[in-house]
Amino acid sequence: MQRSPATSPTIARLIEAFHRLPGIGPKSAQRLAYHVLRAPRAEAEALAEALLEVKDSTRLCAVCQNITDSDPCGLCLDPQRSDATICVVEEPLDVAAIERAGVHRGRYHVLHGAISPMDGVGPEDLKVRELLSRLGDASVEEVILAMNPNLEGEATAGYLSRVIGAMGVRITRIAHGLPVGADVEYADERTLRAAMTHRVELERHEETD
Amino acid sequence: MPRIRPIRIEAIVLRQRPLGDADRICVLFSPTRGRIEAVAKGVRKPLSKMSGHVEPLSRGQFGLAQGRSLYVITDAQSLDPWSPLHDDVERMTEAMAMAELVDRSTDADAASGQLYQLLCQSLEALARTTAPEAVRRWFTLRFLDQQGYRPELDACVRCRAEVGPEGNGYSPADGGVICPSCHGAGHGQRLSSPVFRLLRYMRRSSAESTAQVRVDAAASVELERHLRLSLEQALDGRLRSSSFAEDLARAETIGRSAVKSAAESEREEQRRAAI
Ligand SMILES: [Zn+2]
Ligand SMILES: [Zn+2]
Repeated sequence: MQRSPATSPTIARLIEAFHRLPGIGPKSAQRLAYHVLRAPRAEAEALAEALLEVKDSTRLCAVCQNITDSDPCGLCLDPQRSDATICVVEEPLDVAAIERAGVHRGRYHVLHGAISPMDGVGPEDLKVRELLSRLGDASVEEVILAMNPNLEGEATAGYLSRVIGAMGVRITRIAHGLPVGADVEYADERTLRAAMTHRVELERHEETD
Repeated sequence: MPRIRPIRIEAIVLRQRPLGDADRICVLFSPTRGRIEAVAKGVRKPLSKMSGHVEPLSRGQFGLAQGRSLYVITDAQSLDPWSPLHDDVERMTEAMAMAELVDRSTDADAASGQLYQLLCQSLEALARTTAPEAVRRWFTLRFLDQQGYRPELDACVRCRAEVGPEGNGYSPADGGVICPSCHGAGHGQRLSSPVFRLLRYMRRSSAESTAQVRVDAAASVELERHLRLSLEQALDGRLRSSSFAEDLARAETIGRSAVKSAAESEREEQRRAAI
């Protein structure tokens, strides 16, 4: 990263630290650093505390492997949720997205990644064993795979369906097709094929008199 | 700064990796320019028009502009998405194994029309076959040829004697088949007659014909070992995607033993409860 000789080493260090964060380019890093510099001391302290606290007091839920302050996490303890379905996702952020949408009332399991053979990431690098140990429980009736619809997600889903299929547990995968707001015109062949395969019946309005 | 004109290429997407929040770096393999890394912007967002056209293990037409450090994909049109490679995990595994070989053996700006043609032909055969393993082996044998590691299958690589089908050995380090007398003197690993015949058949036949041949489990294990050692010789290192094939082969056993251990721990609990 380019740095003007006028920048003090202390500020440069902070800029570097921001720049290392995902999605932060050199310009944004600089803006953030100067913002902290000009902000009141209390604001800087609050930021520093929040950063340390997230490292000190969060851990993985022993059941679902999601990031949590308390173990087991709130989602695993919630008596309103059903034990019959487990939705398996790649990352903690995926749990947050599905929860925001409010479309799943069962439990979750976070793998912390996806199988990527060409990068040397295999099932043993993910929280797969932890998932299998939850399925021995007869209360689980269905495992929903909510992997990303890309090569790594497909490899992961393919592997899990083999293992879980052999355990005799019902396994489903979330449908993929056209996203809301997309144009059919721009869709690629595989997306269109998936959308066509998973098409749904529309209600028929019968004439009544 | 001189403006460089954007280039248009046909290429196979070998792999991708995430970049920043929304982008991916695609590793493209083109017949005219070899291996090219290019950024596909915004493809991790749901409404990206490009994402379905830059998927790994597909063939497409790409427009590339020179960015600050990498090429940037300006437009992408999928020519062959090879859907069957994505819909079946076994085909996908073999396709990834082939892509890894090409990824590891090609350089930027190296024309590689012959290898491109081989990969295209093999991925197409793989998309149609019911014997994915056989197609990947067929590809591997030809890949070794092209890399300059063509396994010798006609004459002993140590004494040049012509070999028959029985009693031979195989030595990747020496580059091929070892005659019975040299093998008897301790050279090479055992090369069984069925595997020897199969290798010779694969060399002169199409991928489709190779996929028709029934190979028993023992021959399959032996053939895999010979091919893997030859590849490691050629590429100077272990292959990553081959270990996923092993994971996949073990998947059902893992599932069944998970059921068994759960049943055992339940019995254990009941036993404790009874005491
Ligand atoms: Zn939990
Ligand atoms: Zn000899």
